[in-house]
Amino acid sequence: MRGVPPLPPAGNPRGRPVTGLVADVPPPDAGAWTCPAPLRDSPTVVMGHGGGGALSAELVEHLFLPAFGEAADAGLGDSAVVAVAGARLAFTTDSSVVRPMWFPGGSIGELAVNGTVNDLAMAGATPLVLSTAFVLEEGTALADLGRIAEAMGVAARSAGVRLVTGDTKVVDRGSGDGVFVTTAGIGVLADGVDIRPERSAPGDVVIVSGDLGVHGIAVLSCREGLAFGTAVESDTAPLHGLVAAMLATGADVHALRDPTRGGLAASLNEIGRAAGVGIVLDERRIPVPGEVADACGLLGLDPLEVANEGKLVAMVPDADADRVLEAMRRHPHGHGATVVGTCVADHPGMVVARTGLGGTRVVDLPVGEQLPRIC
Amino acid sequence: MRYLEEFADPDLARRLLDRIHATVTRPWAIMEVCGGQTHAIIRHGIDQLLPDGVELIHGPGCPVCVTPLESIDRALAIAGRPEVILCSFGDMLRVPGSREDLFGVKSRGGDVRVVYSPLDALQLARTNPDRQVVFFAVGFETTAPANAMTVHQADRLGIGNFSLLVSHVLVPPAVAAVLSSPSCRVDALLAAGHVCSVMGTGAYGPLAERYGVPIVVTGFEPLDILEGLRQAVDQLESGRHELVNAYPRAVPAEGNRAARALLREVFEVTDRTWRGIGVITASGWRLSERYRGFDAELRFEVGGIDAVEPAACRSGEVLQGLIKPDECGEFGRACTPRTPLGATMVSSEGACAAYHRYRRPGTPGDVR
Repeated sequence: MRGVPPLPPAGNPRGRPVTGLVADVPPPDAGAWTCPAPLRDSPTVVMGHGGGGALSAELVEHLFLPAFGEAADAGLGDSAVVAVAGARLAFTTDSSVVRPMWFPGGSIGELAVNGTVNDLAMAGATPLVLSTAFVLEEGTALADLGRIAEAMGVAARSAGVRLVTGDTKVVDRGSGDGVFVTTAGIGVLADGVDIRPERSAPGDVVIVSGDLGVHGIAVLSCREGLAFGTAVESDTAPLHGLVAAMLATGADVHALRDPTRGGLAASLNEIGRAAGVGIVLDERRIPVPGEVADACGLLGLDPLEVANEGKLVAMVPDADADRVLEAMRRHPHGHGATVVGTCVADHPGMVVARTGLGGTRVVDLPVGEQLPRIC
Repeated sequence: MRYLEEFADPDLARRLLDRIHATVTRPWAIMEVCGGQTHAIIRHGIDQLLPDGVELIHGPGCPVCVTPLESIDRALAIAGRPEVILCSFGDMLRVPGSREDLFGVKSRGGDVRVVYSPLDALQLARTNPDRQVVFFAVGFETTAPANAMTVHQADRLGIGNFSLLVSHVLVPPAVAAVLSSPSCRVDALLAAGHVCSVMGTGAYGPLAERYGVPIVVTGFEPLDILEGLRQAVDQLESGRHELVNAYPRAVPAEGNRAARALLREVFEVTDRTWRGIGVITASGWRLSERYRGFDAELRFEVGGIDAVEPAACRSGEVLQGLIKPDECGEFGRACTPRTPLGATMVSSEGACAAYHRYRRPGTPGDVR
């Protein structure tokens, strides 16, 4: 389970007339799970529940965790770290449902492998093995499936991981949408590596590994109904080599995230809330390529909320920052590494940005789906 | 595409701010009309950089925010029909109607799609001849030309399975309503540059004259807004109240002639309800007699659907600039972007959403 930060308690403190939907649709069977507070807004799953923002976090906190009960033992990182027979293993899983399945710079195949590799890497683990599970829609062209599988093979070889088990299911035409891929992965942690969001502390610097927003814009640029011309290509890449280079400096890296859905804004809010620290960004230092800034301006999106698939954000003690930066910039996936902010004791759990003009704004956890605006 | 960074240059911004600080001798209240301007002001923290006493009042120019509840409910009713593909701009999907939003309809199987252009909706109608494709046409004079062109094309190509649910609104009548209100405390207006790029600036001269307020046609990037403010305080401090165009790179005085001709052909002026404000006479467009056959309201017989606003929502006062979003008792409590009481908390251009997103009590951005 991808980690999520705790949210303030849900509820209806001021007696808001909650949507009349509740009257139309039978309420969920209260006996089936113990829910400490009603899910807000909708009795059905909406797209935002998969957006990686506040709605996703709420689903986990208010539905999955209570329903799992004592069986749940999920931390807040991208991977779980479990001790097995003297070794510390990182374990994670990730489903890829990206549409379109091919986009500039990659496909659902690379994402399925690199996404799981990166979740392991964000715990400081060396990825070892992955499982692959496919849900296929009846009628999907085998040639398409073959292209996706080949992309997965190339990505796995490039990342140095083995695909060791898998599963295939087919659903009726209309019950799925082409190909969905789920991968789970196991990696191993070296002694002494302890990378968790909760370890971030006031005084840490915030480092990003390079240009932000390119994956999300590459995918949006070819999505039905939104197609627009751009030269931006997805940055999908495995990041464990970069993490290894950072750790090889001997630096005490406190926390790592790959800012995928919800972008840097979501990652930093999750870290800030988990660690109880405030984060101050210097907006002028955040690397956003011109094409991404332009597309975001056109669509009304915030580059800080746009997904990345080959970037990481690191929380590192100030004293270690220079050598970490130097090591990152020597690595092909980190040559654009730069410091974008610091952790502070003020406003714990909140991320703020100093704007280019000298003002200040809050950088919030995105709610759900990114919605292109009207004008 | 370029010209974004150039219009956010910190050194030029500092120079404009210095001139504003040097000019201002007393408090002024300046309303930016457009929600896009509000968003830019709060996002860049421009209001924090102005002289003490210069207050920005956030105006009614958020098309999503002012779309009346009954229009949302009509869209929801149409979207729930099995034969319909309802197309909309993205940020309409989360606007609450009386009972739910379009996301809710979509999650129960309604075919709701986000498009970037209404012409994409027309294309959907061509490729799905057995379905009814409806485009939810909301917005000001900015979005209207493309919507008019779509209906014009549908008529020309004989695409019968396409229709428009129209809820267009017009800026000048709303500005007049705000300025004529007895509680109005607006000293100067920043007019919405993109509306003027379509319609021209002609409607605003008489408003400046009649209500005695300077009106500055203003763009949307940080430097555009600062230049608009500079020209506004220049006029205020020298006792003038004229219409000036501070956005000439996009706004010719006569607007876009081709667009205006098309708008005259496809639409006709009608009374329109503004969410949170009420009915404003002659403040909207509906399809003209010639194109009435493309009116989704008639085709799906949803004209009778009416709606009542939640009593707790004070978005009307926010939209008229009478209160700041965080002066509402429900702000950040019962009303958040997750649980919006009104559309001003939903749209990315809404003043309440901008405050909730970028400002919180106790953070460095809280100027009060």
